[in-house]
Amino acid sequence: MAMTVHLDVVSAEDKIFSGLVEYVEVSGTDGELGILPFHTPLLTTIKPGMVRIVKQFGEEHFIYVAGGVLEVQPDGVTVLADVAKRAEDLDEQAILEAQNRAKEAMQHASADFDYAEAAAQLAEAIAQLQLIRKLRKTK
Amino acid sequence: MAGGKEIKSKIGSINNTRKITSAMEKVAVSKMRRAQERVAASRPYAEGMRKVIGNMAGGNLDYRHPYMVEREAGTVGYIIISTDRGLCGGLNSNEFKAVVQELKSWKEKGVSAEFALIGNKATAFFRRFGGKVLAQQAGSGENPKLADIIGSVQVMLKAYLEGRIDRLYLVYNQFVNTMKQEPTIEQLLPLPAHDAPKRKYKWDYIYEPKPEPIIDMLMDRYIESLVYQGLVENAACEHAARMVAMKAATDNAGNLMDELKLVYNKARQAAITQELSEIVSGAAAVG
Repeated sequence: MAMTVHLDVVSAEDKIFSGLVEYVEVSGTDGELGILPFHTPLLTTIKPGMVRIVKQFGEEHFIYVAGGVLEVQPDGVTVLADVAKRAEDLDEQAILEAQNRAKEAMQHASADFDYAEAAAQLAEAIAQLQLIRKLRKTK
Repeated sequence: MAGGKEIKSKIGSINNTRKITSAMEKVAVSKMRRAQERVAASRPYAEGMRKVIGNMAGGNLDYRHPYMVEREAGTVGYIIISTDRGLCGGLNSNEFKAVVQELKSWKEKGVSAEFALIGNKATAFFRRFGGKVLAQQAGSGENPKLADIIGSVQVMLKAYLEGRIDRLYLVYNQFVNTMKQEPTIEQLLPLPAHDAPKRKYKWDYIYEPKPEPIIDMLMDRYIESLVYQGLVENAACEHAARMVAMKAATDNAGNLMDELKLVYNKARQAAITQELSEIVSGAAAVG
């Protein structure tokens, strides 16, 4: 029987694969990598692409990952997969969008009427009015 | 006493409301279950990350990532996760209360705060509360995606790296059980020190291409995954809180209907009695 190693493929949103494998093939940023059992500890970033897995008893399995990190340890192999395509400029764009939304949200009230907020504002206004009346009386 | 007709129409409208609240309750139950599954599904990733980072910290590296370095707090950053919609009991207000309390204690120390807000309720609250908001994101509804929060998280990470904030906290509701959700404030940056695992012999990874970029990437992903976990956990809390709130509303509507039915029957009885006595006294007057 072929030797096996435990492989986990996980993303932030889901556990994609977990089980014993005979062989894993991924595209690292520095080149293609084929991992067999008893590989030395290794940490590398991986490029978007297919991960080819040969499961125990030789069954093949393909998983697409949008980049991430591959970790090889004596007791197992882990692929920490990204869920979305990531790049410097894509992140930059997301940052700008989040900042713009912040500006907009702080300037404009939301389009749909928020009852709780309106009630809070009303309560605030009433409290202010009462305070003003009290001040007038004491004068 | 109010007329029978008014009471009857009131009972009808309460009954309609009850139908809605009980439907919302049932929807919340099934959504909560799915949200809990999502929480469970997001755990292995963060655990894997933590393991790798722990291993790297145990290796003999000279590189100390800025996320690990403690600084004097001059400005603090908060990533606040809230729901988009209301009707979920005191879930959001309890959370905001906890934040406001923290802010107060920071203020006493002369520390200012900046925010990244996720969810419409947080946006509405902090618009009125004031404070510098760096990033905003509407919550992502039924199926939160990691991609939705990347922008907001990166804004805060950048602010941290540039020294505009010296601490970063994550605020969300922790799902204890269906009846209990706890507002939680967690420190993200600087990363609280983990105890490096003890090893019998020394080893380190082979890094490809170089340790530094991998560490940088891992750190960012790790923080993102923590925020994502907060997001899905908060979603589970939202549905649980809504379920409980809607159950209470349904029960209340039922009680109200019972009481009104009693009042209605009394009113009807009184009307009949009055009518009878009028007839009788009329007959007596004629006879």
